[in-house]
Formats: sequence, structure tokens, C-alpha cells
Amino acid sequence: MNVIVCVKQIPDPALPGALDPATNTLKRDGKLILDESDSYGVEMALQLVDAAGGGEVSLVSMAPNGEVSGMRTALAMGAARGVLVSDPALQGSDALTTAKVLAAAVRRLGGADLVIAATESSDGYTGTVPEQMAELLGLPSVTFAKKVAVEGTSVKVQRQTEEGYDEVTCTLPALLSVTAGVVEPRYPSFKGIMAAKSKPIDEVKAADLGISPVGWAGAGQQIASVTQAEARAAGEIIEDDGEGFTKIVAYLENLKVI
Amino acid sequence: MSDYTPPLADIKFAMEAIADLGAIVASDRYSGADEATVEGILAEAGRFIAEVIAPANRDGDTIGSKWQPGGKVTVPPSFEGAYAKWVESGFGAMSFDPDFGGGGLPWIASIAVQEMLTSANMGFSLCPLLTQGAIEAIHVHGSDEQKATYLPKMLTGEWTGTMNLTEPQAGSDVGAVISKAEPADDVAPGAWRISGQKIYITWGEHDMASNIVHLVLARTPGSAPGTKGISMFLVPKFFVNADGSLGDRNSVQCLSTEHKMGIHGSPTCVMLYEDAIGWLVGGENEGMRNMFTMMNNARLSVGLQGLALAERAYQQALQYSVDRQQGRAIGAPAGASSPIIEHPDVRRMLMTQRAWIDALRALIYTNAAAIDLGAAARTAGDRDGARTWQELTELLIPLSKSLSTDVGCEMTSLALQVHGGMGFVEETGAAQHVRDIRISPIYEGTNGIQAADLVGRKLAMRGGAVITDLLDEFDGRGAALARVEGCAAYAEQLSHATALCRTATAHLGEVAATDPRTLLSASSPYLRLLGTTVCAGLLAKGVLAAAGKDDDYHRARIASARFFGEQILPTVSGLLPSILASGAPLYGLSASQLASR
Ligand SMILES: Cc1cc2nc3c(=O)[nH]c(=O)nc-3n(C[C@H](O)[C@H](O)[C@H](O)COP(=O)(O)OP(=O)(O)OC[C@H]3O[C@@H](n4cnc5c(N)ncnc54)[C@H](O)[C@@H]3O)c2cc1C
Ligand SMILES: Cc1cc2nc3c(=O)[nH]c(=O)nc-3n(C[C@H](O)[C@H](O)[C@H](O)COP(=O)(O)OP(=O)(O)OC[C@H]3O[C@@H](n4cnc5c(N)ncnc54)[C@H](O)[C@@H]3O)c2cc1C
Repeated sequence: MNVIVCVKQIPDPALPGALDPATNTLKRDGKLILDESDSYGVEMALQLVDAAGGGEVSLVSMAPNGEVSGMRTALAMGAARGVLVSDPALQGSDALTTAKVLAAAVRRLGGADLVIAATESSDGYTGTVPEQMAELLGLPSVTFAKKVAVEGTSVKVQRQTEEGYDEVTCTLPALLSVTAGVVEPRYPSFKGIMAAKSKPIDEVKAADLGISPVGWAGAGQQIASVTQAEARAAGEIIEDDGEGFTKIVAYLENLKVI
Repeated sequence: MSDYTPPLADIKFAMEAIADLGAIVASDRYSGADEATVEGILAEAGRFIAEVIAPANRDGDTIGSKWQPGGKVTVPPSFEGAYAKWVESGFGAMSFDPDFGGGGLPWIASIAVQEMLTSANMGFSLCPLLTQGAIEAIHVHGSDEQKATYLPKMLTGEWTGTMNLTEPQAGSDVGAVISKAEPADDVAPGAWRISGQKIYITWGEHDMASNIVHLVLARTPGSAPGTKGISMFLVPKFFVNADGSLGDRNSVQCLSTEHKMGIHGSPTCVMLYEDAIGWLVGGENEGMRNMFTMMNNARLSVGLQGLALAERAYQQALQYSVDRQQGRAIGAPAGASSPIIEHPDVRRMLMTQRAWIDALRALIYTNAAAIDLGAAARTAGDRDGARTWQELTELLIPLSKSLSTDVGCEMTSLALQVHGGMGFVEETGAAQHVRDIRISPIYEGTNGIQAADLVGRKLAMRGGAVITDLLDEFDGRGAALARVEGCAAYAEQLSHATALCRTATAHLGEVAATDPRTLLSASSPYLRLLGTTVCAGLLAKGVLAAAGKDDDYHRARIASARFFGEQILPTVSGLLPSILASGAPLYGLSASQLASR
């Protein structure tokens, strides 16, 4: 059983982010780390390969400046290899171009029984790349996966919904997008980190994958403008005189959430 | 409640720009890792420690480890989960021998992990720390069989270790130990029966690990009095069968645990050995020699606690100073309420903490690097190099241990002060750091004993030249330091301080032979003088490394060092007179006069 996981490398969310005023895109010139959203996919992939009793987890990532820190974290968790697409020409790529690049990287690895991505990334959260990839790769796609079990040539997925979950069965190979928090990602161990040093990362350019046009030229979307999010209004403080809960209930009813 | 953020950039700077990690990883001995690898390891270790170990810190304080009737000791539930993950992580084995499952990395890398682990949760960190000491003793002095039986599981942390020195009548004076060992060849060839009571044994009993390996100091029949007649025994809580599985329980039990001011998560145990079966580690009567092998590393790690808790407390104080609004800062509009960080006196408190943290990190990581460079020189057959690094190690150890733990107490207290009344309120969490760090000047050789070691043994090394060589190095940096923008006054203070150190060192060298009481009377102020000066000299190395780099991070390094040079270093001037003065006034009142008032 071979699994490929999409791992996005993003600026550390703990640090204040900034937009490039010229292009209105997120600045990514500092060190990038593994998007937490993708750590669930990596963990799930490792568990599936374990349960299958054999196979490998591989990674695909697109990131600027030859960044591999986040991929190293995933390799230290237990993935075996990766393809990194890093190319100045990719600057300005929209979600569809990203999907094309990642799909080509998946093919470069020779495909897999399962491709896993996160439902949405923590920095871009367009929430479309996985489905676009599935279309490009000609794979069935299951979204919002929370529990996944491979049974022979198909995969059984509990698909999270607002009310509960759907049970979906789908033939392999397939592409899944997994919801954050559904498994507990392992921390890389000391031995895992040392082993990751010698695991191969194949770094390629867009042209090596035969994709063009890319970047601003290839983008079918435009960023028209960026505006500051509205400042949060001050909250309402309810003094609890023993009946405080009734006011909270009334407040929630008013919002039509209960 | 405070979170902990590993100061990875500052640790990297101390390691690379001040302690010369580059030279360490360039040596044959440590060729398995480069600077980038160490940085990568620390990033992952830091994330793990901040997310898994730090959140259990409050439970350690409020729930604590508890003795149960029957002699069991339970730990807070969050400690159990965190410890299991610590074992899985394998970070505890990083710097040990690959033959037993270690990673063969330089010690300085482990020191960085220890710093973060201690900041995150000091009570917890003591368990791996004591295990580390026991590993070293067994590794250097144990038999092949002992190493094969115990080390692999101790390196992973599946089994933990303890050090049993202290007895009611034997604290600072280890030579007063009276626990007994008698041959027990009837049980097994080479076995001994150990009997006696040990007190204050850190993590002496607990349920986080399946076995505990006690190293116990005791006397064999007919042994010489004092430290010459002490032997070290390995006494496992559970015997280990030939196939590695655990067998019967040994006759060692925990009678009670102490109710302490701090580190409530770490059980401090009274241990009773009643004909417990143990085996000699090293030769008979070589127990003290064994202790000396691991003493430097143990003292360095305890010194590190001062730095680590100063760091943790500072992070919290800084956050509070930004959030809390009170009073109007100079220049703020009328009627405004300013964040307290804008008030000069609060700034002084914050800068003092920040500068001391940088200074202690420079000192301790340099000390760790000296240990590594000494080991690298020994491996390379470079005897002169090995001796030079060994001397520097020996000199820095009492400074790292005492200065850092004393300052750790002062800085955690200052961090509490930044909180005003909230600091005195337990929920805030600032008080825990003050209580936790207070043990560090006491154990692993009290700071008084460290100061005596400095003026007694270390000052005499090469007739004081080990110290003056270091002062020469700092003076050699003075001219370049003075040329760095804004650092002229710092350079002047540094040269003044090194001159004070020379005067004090020469004076103590003279009185050493003739007036030991005066020598020892001056020991603590001398340690503070020399330690503070060494910190300033090491920070200057960092300034020179940062000076060429035109970015905010490196400008901040210089600003902090400059504050140290101008605001903290000058305080040592007042120490010289007390060092030069006779020790007689300390005895100006007799013991009974001290009492009659
Ligand atoms: C015109 C235009 C120009 C843009 N230019 C830039 C730019 O110059 N620089 C810039 O940073 N952003 C740019 N963006 C934003 C960027 O295209 C999208 O954010 C991104 O391609 C889609 O990422 P997402 O994280 O929003 O995707 P989502 O659909 O939210 O991602 C879902 C999952 O897909 C996988 N995935 C997504 N991206 C990657 C990746 N790169 N590597 C591996 N796995 C991935 C992950 O598993 C992720 O969790 C631009 C957008 C537009 C519209
Ligand atoms: C929480 C905790 C954990 C501990 N963990 C361990 C452990 O795991 N294993 C272990 O074996 N021990 C442990 N100890 C014991 C610790 O190492 C001793 O408490 C310490 O060595 C001091 O000994 P003492 O308490 O007997 O003090 P004393 O030796 O009685 O000292 C009292 C005071 O006199 C001073 N003094 C004593 N002798 C001299 C001298 N010659 N010159 C100048 N001043 C002197 C000391 O500096 C101190 O200020 C622990 C103690 C505590 C409190």
C-alpha cells in the first residue's frame, strides 16, 4: 500500500504574517514549517501503511526557495521520500495551477493507491486544491474524511457532515481530503529526525513537470483587492445574578443558533 | 497560566556565535552532525517540549507527586502521559554512546534540550536529569555486563536512575556516609547486601517507569574513614533476569516524601535499604572517584536550571507588562493609561532579566562546549588541547552552577515583581518559578561549597593562570568591542572589571597559603565578581559576531549585551573591597555573642 501526502509548507502561524503590498500575496521569504493541517494526513498515511503491513508514504510539496524544513518534519515522522517543486516562475500561481503542479508531482512519483491532502490549508484555506487534483489525476475524491480504512481494493471513509458522518466506500486508487484533528500526529523522534537527513527529496522545476504557463501568467484568477478585516466589536458582559443563564439562552436564540 | 515558547534563535546564537558549535561539529569525534542538523533537532525537540511537557507544569505544582501508604509514589496523571511520550521521543539518548542506543551528539546539543525541558517543567526534568547522571556513572565505571543489562533501557528512559548520597548526618560532607555494604556471595558471586537510610533522593520512587536503578554510596567492611572509604553500588528496584525481563523486587523502599517549597512534581524521597542486593560500580572504595566523573555534567545541568527558569519567568513577565495598563508613561497623552512596559523602572526589570538570560546562556553553553572540545581533543590524541579545555571546564563549572542559580532566584523574583500583586497570587503562575528555582543553589553542592571549590581548587590551577588566560582573552577583545557603535562604555567597563578580577585573583593567591579563613570568607563575593565578568567577556564575543550583521535580530543581541556591560557589570566594583578585606570581622562576634542581643 503506497500513499502520497500533499504537504504544504507555510510561514509559522505563531509569527505575525505579512502581505506583499505589490502583489497582495502572503510573504513567504522566511523559514516555512509543515502546515499543521497536513500533519494529520501524514499521520493517517503512516497508520494506513502500517495497517496494510507494507508500503511507503511519499510527499509532494510546492514551496518557494527550495524550502524543505516542513518536508523534513514529515520525513522524520516516518515518510520515505518526497518531491519538492520550487521555482521562481511559480510565484503568483493560483489554486488551479497549484493543483496542476501537485498532480504532476504525484505522477512523477508513479502514482499511489491513495493520495491524501488536508481539507484546507491554514494559510490559504481556499479549500479547492485537493478536488482539482483529483479531477486532473482522474481519481475519485472523498472530502472531509475523518476515519479511513482500506479493505482490499476499496477504501471505507467516514465523511464528516454537519449532523454526523456519511459512510462512503470508494475504489482505489482515490484522493482523500482529511479534516484537521481526526488523528493525533506523532512527534518526530530523535531517531526519526536523524534518519530523515538521508531520505531523498527530488527537487524539480515546473518545466521538469511539463507545466506551463504557471505563476501570474497561468493564473485564471486575480486578486482584485485586499481589505482589512473588520475590527471585532466589544463583547457583552452578563453579570451572573444566579439567572445569568437565561440571558445567555436568550442571546443565543437571538442569533438563531439554538 | 503561561505558555512556553522555546527561544530557538537565542539558543542558536549562543551555540554558534559564542560557544563555537562549528568547531565542535568540525571535529572527528562529532562528525555525525552539523550545525543545521542540531538546529533541526532543537526545532522539533522544542515543539515537542512546549506542546507536551510544558502543559503539565502546573499539575506538577498543584497536584504534585504523592507518597501512598505502602510506599508507592504517584505522579500527576499528566506527568505519566508526558513521560511516556518523552521516552518515545528518544531525545534523552542524544548525546550518549551509540553502542547502547545513543546518538553520539555533542553534549552542548543535549544541554539545549535540557534547557527547554527545564524551562517547560523543572520538576519533571529532574527525572531524566538524575537518569542521565546514573547513565554516565555506569557507562564510565560499570562492568560490561552492567552496561549491557542496564544502559539500553536507561538511555531510552524506560528505566530511570537515582543518585543516593545524602544521609541525615552526611549532606555537604559526603565522607560522613554510614550506609553499609557486606559481601553477599551466598546470593550471587560479586553481590553485596546494602543497608542504610538515604534522604532527599530525587525521583527515588515513582510509577512512571517499570524499573529504577539506584546508585548508592555505602561503606564496605574495614573501609577507611571519610571519602576514601566510600564505594558505589548499583541497586535495582526490580532484579533483571538473564533474558532481560524483570524479576523480584529488591529490598528497597520509600518511607516518605518531603513536603517542599517547590518542585512539587519531583518526589524527594526517604529511601530505606534493608539488606538490599547490589553490585559494585567500579572498584571498592572508588565511589568518590566515580562521583567526580559525573560531577561536572551534573553541576552544569543544575546551573542550567537557573537560566531555564529565568527564561520561563521572563516570558510570562514580558507578556504581562504588555497587557497590564497602569499609570501614564512619560510622553503619553493626558488621561491615557499606559502598558506598564512603558515605565522606566519596569523596563529596567525586563532588560535586567533579558540581559542576564543572554549572559547565563553564554556562560553555560561555553562551559558545555569546553566539555565537548576537551572530549574531541582527547579523541584526536591532542593532549595539550585536551588539558586546556579541561582546565576551562573546571574553572567554569562553579561559576555556571552558582552564578546561574543565584541569578535564577533573583530573576524569577524580578519577573514576579513585574506582575505587581498578581505575582503574589498563585493562579498567575509567577510564584511557582520563584519557589521551584530556590532549591538549585542548595543541591548538587551548595553554592557555598562551589565558592569554596573556586577559591580552593580552581584558583590554584596553574597558579591562577587559567583565570588570567581567560581575562587576557577578554582584554584582547576590548579594542574591537569599543569600535562597535554604542559599545565604548561597555568596553571600558569590561576592562575595568577584568582589572578588578586580576587584583582579586592575585590577592587570594597570596592569602591562600597563609590565611585560609580570609580566603574562604572572600569566596562568594569573588565568585560573583569573576562570574559576572566572564559573562560580560563572553557576551562581547557575541557582540563582535553580531556587529557585521545589519538586521533587527543582531541589533537586539548587541543592545542586550550593551545593557549588561553598562548596567549590570558595574555592580561588581563594590565587591572588590570585601574580597581584599580580612576575613576577621566575620568572626567579630562569637557564636554566643551572635545569639545574645
Ligand atoms: C492570482 C493569484 C495569485 C496568487 N499568488 C500567490 C503567490 O505568489 N504566493 C502565494 O503564496 N500564494 C499565492 N496565491 C494564493 C495561492 O494560489 C493559493 O493559496 C494556493 O495555491 C492554494 O492553496 P490553499 O492553501 O489555499 O489551498 P487549499 O485548497 O486550501 O489547500 C488544501 C490542501 O491542498 C494541499 N496543498 C495546497 N497547496 C499546497 C502546496 N503548495 N504544496 C503541497 N500541498 C498543498 C494541502 O494538503 C492543503 O491543506 C495566489 C492566488 C491567486 C488567486
Ligand atoms: C529537593 C532536594 C533534592 C535533593 N536530591 C538529592 C539526590 O537526588 N541525591 C542526593 O544524594 N542528595 C540530594 N539532595 C541533598 C542535597 O544535595 C543536600 O541537601 C546538599 O548537599 C546540602 O546538604 P545538607 O542539606 O545536609 O546541608 P548542610 O551540608 O548541612 O549545609 C548547611 C549550610 O552550611 C553550609 N556548609 C556546609 N558545609 C560547609 C563548608 N564546609 N564550607 C562552607 N559552608 C558549608 C552549606 O553551604 C549550607 O548553606 C537533595 C536535596 C533537596 C532539598
